[in-house]
Amino acid sequence: MEPIIFTKNLTKKFGDFIAVNNISFSVEKGEIFGFLGANGAGKTTAMKMLCGLLVPTSGLGKVAGYDISTQSDSIKRRIGYMSQKFSLYEDLTVRENMQFFGGIYGLRNKEIQKKIEYYHDLWSNNEMFDGLVGSLPLGWKQKVAFATAMMHDPDIVFLDEPTGGVDPIVRRQFWELIYKASDQGTTIFVTTHYMDEAEYCNRVSIMVDGEIAAMDSPKNLKIAYHTDTMDDVFYQLARKAQRSETV
Amino acid sequence: MKQFKAFVIKEFYHVLRDKRSLLLLIGLPIVQIFLFGFALSNEVKNATIMIVDQSKDAASLSISEKIRNNDNFHFVGFGYAYKDAHTAFMRGEIQAAVIIPPNFQKSILRRENPTIQIIGDATDPNTATAVINYVTVITMNFQRQALGMTSPVSIDVRNHMLYNPELKGVTNFVPGLMALVLMLIGVLMTSVSIVKEKEMGTMEILLVSPFHPLAAIIAKAVPYLLVSIFNLCMILLISIHVLGMPMEGSYFLLFSMSVLLIITALSMGLFISNQTSSQQVAMLISLMGMLLPTMLFTGFMFPIENMPIPLQIISNFAASKWYYIIVKNIMIKGLGVAYFWKEALVLVGMTIFFIVMSLRRFKMRLA
Amino acid sequence: MNYDIEVDNISKQFVKPDVQALEDINFNVKTGSLFGLIGADGAGKTTLFRILTTLLLADNGSAKVHGRDVVKDFKILRSLIGYMPGRFSLYTDLSVEENLQFFATLHKTTIEAGYHLIKDIYRQIEPFKNRRAGQLSGGMKQKLALSCALIHQPKVLFLDEPTTGVDAVSRKEFWNMLKNIKNQGVTILVSTPYMDEAVLCDEIALIQNGKILSIAPPSTIIAQFPDVLYSVSGSQIGKLLEDVSKFQDIKSCFSFGDTIHVTLNQGDIKGLQKELIQRGHPEVVIDTIVPTIEDCFIRLMQ
Repeated sequence: MEPIIFTKNLTKKFGDFIAVNNISFSVEKGEIFGFLGANGAGKTTAMKMLCGLLVPTSGLGKVAGYDISTQSDSIKRRIGYMSQKFSLYEDLTVRENMQFFGGIYGLRNKEIQKKIEYYHDLWSNNEMFDGLVGSLPLGWKQKVAFATAMMHDPDIVFLDEPTGGVDPIVRRQFWELIYKASDQGTTIFVTTHYMDEAEYCNRVSIMVDGEIAAMDSPKNLKIAYHTDTMDDVFYQLARKAQRSETV
Repeated sequence: MKQFKAFVIKEFYHVLRDKRSLLLLIGLPIVQIFLFGFALSNEVKNATIMIVDQSKDAASLSISEKIRNNDNFHFVGFGYAYKDAHTAFMRGEIQAAVIIPPNFQKSILRRENPTIQIIGDATDPNTATAVINYVTVITMNFQRQALGMTSPVSIDVRNHMLYNPELKGVTNFVPGLMALVLMLIGVLMTSVSIVKEKEMGTMEILLVSPFHPLAAIIAKAVPYLLVSIFNLCMILLISIHVLGMPMEGSYFLLFSMSVLLIITALSMGLFISNQTSSQQVAMLISLMGMLLPTMLFTGFMFPIENMPIPLQIISNFAASKWYYIIVKNIMIKGLGVAYFWKEALVLVGMTIFFIVMSLRRFKMRLA
Repeated sequence: MNYDIEVDNISKQFVKPDVQALEDINFNVKTGSLFGLIGADGAGKTTLFRILTTLLLADNGSAKVHGRDVVKDFKILRSLIGYMPGRFSLYTDLSVEENLQFFATLHKTTIEAGYHLIKDIYRQIEPFKNRRAGQLSGGMKQKLALSCALIHQPKVLFLDEPTTGVDAVSRKEFWNMLKNIKNQGVTILVSTPYMDEAVLCDEIALIQNGKILSIAPPSTIIAQFPDVLYSVSGSQIGKLLEDVSKFQDIKSCFSFGDTIHVTLNQGDIKGLQKELIQRGHPEVVIDTIVPTIEDCFIRLMQ
């Protein structure tokens, strides 16, 4: 089976600065792929290229079967995106947000209704759906944002630090959502600064200075770096970083 | 004091490094004044002119010869009677007409002080004014050359303005533009720059420092005060030397009154920034609350006398209206403080009101 | 015992949105210590910081910082404290050096006078001192913000979520810097949502929904964990968690990286092992472990 994300020698330069240097990797359908790296290692740039928001300087990238340089419109229809910074409309209710985002992906009312009912049952929190997003606790906002990113059943969902600042219980509930989505065949591409969350991924890559310094399952990485925590694996790799500049 | 200086320096960095805004701040008034100026008059050189010589004697021919040979005029032809000029005006063929009365030379000889009439199309007040000035000069020269310096006879030049008898032009829009620019920069820029600190979160750090935040806000006004004064100089320079705006009164008085308006504007900006928490809101209030009334109620675009009574009353709240009256008094009429102290007092009152309101509502804390 | 921060029954309610941000907060921070306020976003940490840094007024209660009342003596206090808000709050269009110079002058001091305190931090960004602050990387911005908050040699330093969104390596570096600052006699109150940073503090307060759950040195909080904590690991972690949660005597079970942390109501852990083997996890390994702060926090939250 063809991998759902595939890159070969993917490179992005900003002037003289090589933000992403020759990265090649692939992610299989349904995989939970952790995309780790220090601040400024090039994660955000790489992620933007995969989402079709930035055109690569050179190299090849395919997402959901489409070329990231030429078919970014088709890609956008097949992916979901959620970031810590991306907020829902705070002055709309949860239901209205879901209806709106379902609408911009061209879902029919019936489909949107079905999705809302699904999360209705999952969260058994009835009042929440008609409350303004602005009045929700952060943890719930993040869960709703995830649900909204999943409205159109994307092949891949990109999560950029989805659990930053969230309390430990909600953080775990959030990962349960991720597991459920993965079980249903959605590929998860996630960045995080919590190293214990790296353990929840099937495979992780660690970027250092624009290159992928290591990529494997957490278990194999720990063996390879002779340690028993991902924290330590990360530390061993990332402290070698030369640059600390973001673009 | 050293802190205050540091603050002012920092504000200058902000203003000078934001090249786009700075260009706009300084460029816009200049562009505006040229736009206004030249929309009203292009080159005065080509003013189309007709001469209606009702004498055809030596003296009148000498004057019309001089007018015809003047580079600034484009001579269209002679008319035989007043109605020829009138028809030409209606057809838009001429911008000015010079009417020399019958028996011109005889009147001079009889020491009757004959009158030369200039009719101008005052929809273009700049050209009309220029034509009057040129014809007056030509007549004066003629008088001096032909009659000698000590001649008891004087040729009277009278002008008659068609369509825009008050010659609302340079004299009108320059004071209006001065008011507009000073208000815009004073209110908009200060309010936005203070709110920006709130948005960026730097206000939090400033509040936590021992420096009095009110001083911080006053320091913010300093660069804009200087930019405003620079703009004022540019407007005056261009309008007096390029557009022919008269300047009869005292420069000192004009500058002190302008600084007064700038301070009024700054205190309004300060008040707005106290009440708002985002740059957009501050900008919207400044534009809707300041720019629009300034345009409407200053009197340089729409005459206030012609407005319905309620609007006339509202116009009293526009600071620019009072400034406009003061500037016209100084620049055109050359009057002193005695003639506009009431208007100046209104501005002082407004300034005090806004400063007191800002002080009372100023928060030493967040929220 | 001397305290540099004394918080007495502080409460704060916000009208819009109608939430109780802080409820009867009490704690003291020893002079010269590093005190951590641990909790998720929205727990009330920032509100508490703003009250202590004289930026907000509490509805009820009182607080003293370095012996001065945060309401009455706010003017004096503002020269005694350093504050680094959660958001990057420096002038992005000023250079690194201009920012530092500005904040030094603002506090009526010079860079030279406070240099000893920021030396180790500032040295790392000094090569870029002519660069605009807006063009710095996240880690360098943070170092500059810390330098600016320290340049006037404050007695008490308030750091609101300084490590949020910062990678693991930079976070470690940052905590080393804090230790150095503390060693120079500055009392530090720091907030963080990262539980693993708690152990680096002398004392911590766990805060949730505006209430303090527990205050003690990290080791004490860990020692107070009442149950025996087991770690369960296996190969299919998702399925394993599901099966563990079905076990009758389970009191709590949460995933922690590649293991599951479990406490039992009663009974024997061997029962769980047997059941898991029956449910198709023959490779399951169960150990007794020392709880982490995160375990304690989760238990206190419930």
